[in-house]
Amino acid sequence: MIACAISCATRGLAGVPVTVEADIANGLPGFAIVGLTDRAIQEARERVKPAIRNAGYKFPQRRVTVNLAPAELPKEGTGFDLGIAIAILRAEDSSLRLDGLAFLGELALDASLRPVTGVLPMARCLAASGVRRLIVPVENAPEAALAEGLQVLGAASLQACVEYLRGEGTLVPGVRDASLPSSEPEPDLAAVRGQAQAKRALEIAAAGGHNLLMTGAPGAGKTMLARAFPSLLPDLPSDAALEVAAIYSLRGTLRERPPTTSRPPFRAPHHSISRAGLVGGGTGLAQPGEISLAHRGVLFLDELCEFSRQHLEALRQPLEERTVTVARARAAVTYPADFMLIGASNPCPCGHLGEAQGCTCEPRQLSAYNNKISGPIKDRIDLVVSVPRQEYRDIFEGADEEPSAVVRDRVEAARNRRGEVAGHGNAALTGREILAAARATTPARRLLALSGERLHLSARGFFRVLRVARTISDLAGEDRVGEEALAEALHYRIEMAG
Amino acid sequence: MIEPRWIDPASAEWPVRLLHLESPPQGFWQLGTIGALSPSVAIVGSRRATFAGVEIARSIARELGSAGIQVVSGMALGIDAAAHTGALDAGGSTVAVLGCGIDVCYPRRHEGLRSRIVASGSVITEEPAGTPPFKHNFPKRNRIIAALAHAVVVVEATERSGALSTARWAADLGREVLAVPGSIRARQSSGTNLLIRDGVRPFLGIADLLEAVPELRSTVPESALNALPLGSRGGLERFSPPLREILARMGTQPIHPDQVGVALGLSPALVASRLGALELAGAVMSLPGGLVARTV
Repeated sequence: MIACAISCATRGLAGVPVTVEADIANGLPGFAIVGLTDRAIQEARERVKPAIRNAGYKFPQRRVTVNLAPAELPKEGTGFDLGIAIAILRAEDSSLRLDGLAFLGELALDASLRPVTGVLPMARCLAASGVRRLIVPVENAPEAALAEGLQVLGAASLQACVEYLRGEGTLVPGVRDASLPSSEPEPDLAAVRGQAQAKRALEIAAAGGHNLLMTGAPGAGKTMLARAFPSLLPDLPSDAALEVAAIYSLRGTLRERPPTTSRPPFRAPHHSISRAGLVGGGTGLAQPGEISLAHRGVLFLDELCEFSRQHLEALRQPLEERTVTVARARAAVTYPADFMLIGASNPCPCGHLGEAQGCTCEPRQLSAYNNKISGPIKDRIDLVVSVPRQEYRDIFEGADEEPSAVVRDRVEAARNRRGEVAGHGNAALTGREILAAARATTPARRLLALSGERLHLSARGFFRVLRVARTISDLAGEDRVGEEALAEALHYRIEMAG
Repeated sequence: MIEPRWIDPASAEWPVRLLHLESPPQGFWQLGTIGALSPSVAIVGSRRATFAGVEIARSIARELGSAGIQVVSGMALGIDAAAHTGALDAGGSTVAVLGCGIDVCYPRRHEGLRSRIVASGSVITEEPAGTPPFKHNFPKRNRIIAALAHAVVVVEATERSGALSTARWAADLGREVLAVPGSIRARQSSGTNLLIRDGVRPFLGIADLLEAVPELRSTVPESALNALPLGSRGGLERFSPPLREILARMGTQPIHPDQVGVALGLSPALVASRLGALELAGAVMSLPGGLVARTV
């Protein structure tokens, strides 16, 4: 006797539908699962058997073989438990109707269902492959319901599921939003006093999708500014929001970020993070790292110079290609990683460069410190801004600051103006594209030529300045890049004088 | 490869000015193409100088170099190196007096600078070949710097800086000493400000130097003299009024662009744009650490 149930595996952010085949044959009682499984799936034997028994059904006292097809695809995780149990029960009970259904979920020994990770990307894949109804653990139902094109049913236990399949019971339909905590309010830019130039740079970065580096003494407010940065970004379009939710679903971190939110994500990993944690990896199949969790949002690296050089080097390719490919022993996996980088660093190892009390660093230390950033990712940073320590007076007696919502309106207007080049903003324009898009005025061209000569701008530096100038003109509502915009962009360039 | 030569009082190249010292050196090793005889000014200062100080030293040396005045210094980090570089950049000649053996390059990173100096000036030392840069050699070499020069300009020095020892030697020898004044709060200028309080002439521009040491004026060709920017300030007319307004607000001390914006009531976008334009015009320099300083 043979029966099939549909389940799903993930490969990167994409899902792969998996057919769970169960064969029950005469022979010595036994239970084998094949199909490039990991340890968690092998252990499913010890969960599925008691779960079926404790649910009040009979586990066949014969030779049971389960195959997860396609068999050459590496699979992992506990999400196949429900599919395996249903396939085995179906092999002996033809009254179960499985047409157009798929199953995801981990079984407890008492036959109740436990939530699993990655339900959202799998639900999207199943919907695309023609599955009409998906049964998931109750806890996963709201998340799975975000996928368009299929009906999601939440089951509390194996019994509930089986009764439904017999046409005897009903299951809770999954509804979006239900019982999910709303996202915490983002810190507002108005909470930061002063720092006019830094705020201006954040606005430009938000409008053009530029990567930004803030330098300044410890305690100057770099972290606060960075945390307020997402509040300047417009809402994500729904497909992008879903893509982000899928990544969080895969990591099982939807509790940190409600899947229904359309706010861009903000990630701030500590510099002690491992390389795998940052770019993705781990044992078995690679998990998405922080850079993928920051997809369509902001990756904030505080104390940029404290990150190891290898970590910073590893960011280079994702910054270029907006995806990251992590090769592990079992398979290479590609995750999206289209993020904006906000870096913060002290101006020098002692942190007091450019302050009244003076810097105590040796020149050699200084150049080593600067090389650390400049080497690997300098090419990808469009704006550099210094964040001075605030005077006591400014903090407590300053004027009212502009709230984020006002700045965000300007950012949105600037973005709409450009009609969003593939959703990446001016920062993604290639050299040829920016030359065409800038439409620089004659005086601006003259200024640009002069800057190449006087400030020793490289070709890359030249295009960086032009991209930033384009964004500044967008914010000002100007069609052509003029002298003023260009001069301002030059002021934020990364090439240091001297 | 040029071989170092030993110059003693019997040599034709021996600078008579060294005999003004109570304990002149027995002689010295010289590596280079040009002797130490021509009219000279020493520019000395802190190793750990501010960026503004380095820029000042370089520009003074550049002006001296283009006027045909030799720049003497100690090839140390900071002000010394900037002084040599400025003179060389202007096509002038420069003398580096070392505190170590003639075959030792200290600090090591000045290998390149050293060969430039040898090519259009000279490196001299009284220490025997192979002597490491012992601490106690430096006050000794300072007396040679002071003796060789007609005047000593101290650009930046803390109260404990070796540059002050050069200034003392110079004063004892009757050489003119000038000090570049700084803010009374700037640690790097505390030594030079003390010198000024004690009666040393403040250096506000090259004109002060020529006034203090008239011999220099006579040795400098008339044409070069006219080319010197004798008025140390001015020339701001070439900037548009908005840019002039910013320059007028910027003192010699580096400040943060936000302060400029607050002082003038300008939006950060305008401040950045104007500073960018000024930087391009060479009137403003942005320093590591995010501050900007006026350079004209």
